Amino acid sequence: MDSFKHPVLQCRGLNKSYGRHHVIKDLDLELSPGRIVGLVGPNGAGKTTLIKLICSLLTAQSGQILIGGHPVGAGSKALVSYLPERTYLADWMKVADALELFADFYADFDREKALDMLARLSVDPKARFKTLSKGTREKVQLVLVMSRKALLYVLDEPIGGVDPAARDYILSTILTNYNEEGTILISTHLISDVETVLDEAIFLKDGQIVLHKSVDEIRQEEGKSVDELFREVFKC
Amino acid sequence: MAWKFAADAPIYLQTAEIIRLRILTGDYPPGTYIPSVRELAQEAAVNPNTMQKALATLESTGLLTTHRNTGRQVTESQDLIRMLRIEQARAYVQSCRQQLVTLGFSSEEITSLFSHWSGESTLKKE
Repeated sequence: MDSFKHPVLQCRGLNKSYGRHHVIKDLDLELSPGRIVGLVGPNGAGKTTLIKLICSLLTAQSGQILIGGHPVGAGSKALVSYLPERTYLADWMKVADALELFADFYADFDREKALDMLARLSVDPKARFKTLSKGTREKVQLVLVMSRKALLYVLDEPIGGVDPAARDYILSTILTNYNEEGTILISTHLISDVETVLDEAIFLKDGQIVLHKSVDEIRQEEGKSVDELFREVFKC
Repeated sequence: MAWKFAADAPIYLQTAEIIRLRILTGDYPPGTYIPSVRELAQEAAVNPNTMQKALATLESTGLLTTHRNTGRQVTESQDLIRMLRIEQARAYVQSCRQQLVTLGFSSEEITSLFSHWSGESTLKKE
């Protein structure tokens, strides 16, 4: 596995515009293996655009993205496990169908692990998605994404729409299930909820990285939590 | 239940402090093995790397020792633990005294407050 010799993610001189709207500006970023990284920034900072570029769902106007040393593209999807902001699993599907889908698509999908996690959530694999609550759907989606053995997990707002108990479940799922060579990139507004599980935080503002440091460095140097620093940097 | 952390100090130091107190209070008795990094990280709801770093700082003080295959063991030295408990007591007393000084009590008053209320709380318990 030569992938592990390279940084998990490298972005160099990345630019992305929608028409005349310049969303990502000359962005450079490097992530090492085995890290849990928070991507934070106000609405419209470019978090989801950056994530979609990394997942090869959008194409940059210029610049380069490497995943484990390989350029992004159809091939890199095998290395990246992506949890989108919104679920894409159809209402008519059963949970078991979604497992099939993931097993078909991804060679690194561990069905046993997924079934085990679903059992602990008391989700019946025979249940149809339309019968599940929004929170349960989000948890099932997370179970699917975390049951892959990927190099990079990209979670876009994984705790956005769920209650605090479900939030704890999701965070502990993230903590217990990532593989140590892998890296997890989590975008979120709810910094204080995720702060203790993060190694590093990236502050994104107007399409540029204004800060990329370890959480404990921020606390040591600034004498304040990442959440407090965020409120200061992005004060309206 | 995730552990609670203050905003103004690194999480690994606060994590180390919680485990240190568990050792001093005997929750983790001398010579016993503490849970694995993963289990502790899960319990605290912190990143395993953070927990690893916290335990490493305790190792550097000699409170924990690592054995390659069996995990981390609390020191067997009762003397070390006793010494650290006394240091901890001193820190508590000093911080309490500091607060009482801020409230405007003199040294003699503070001493009499201590003897007065420590007697009262034992009476109440009985």
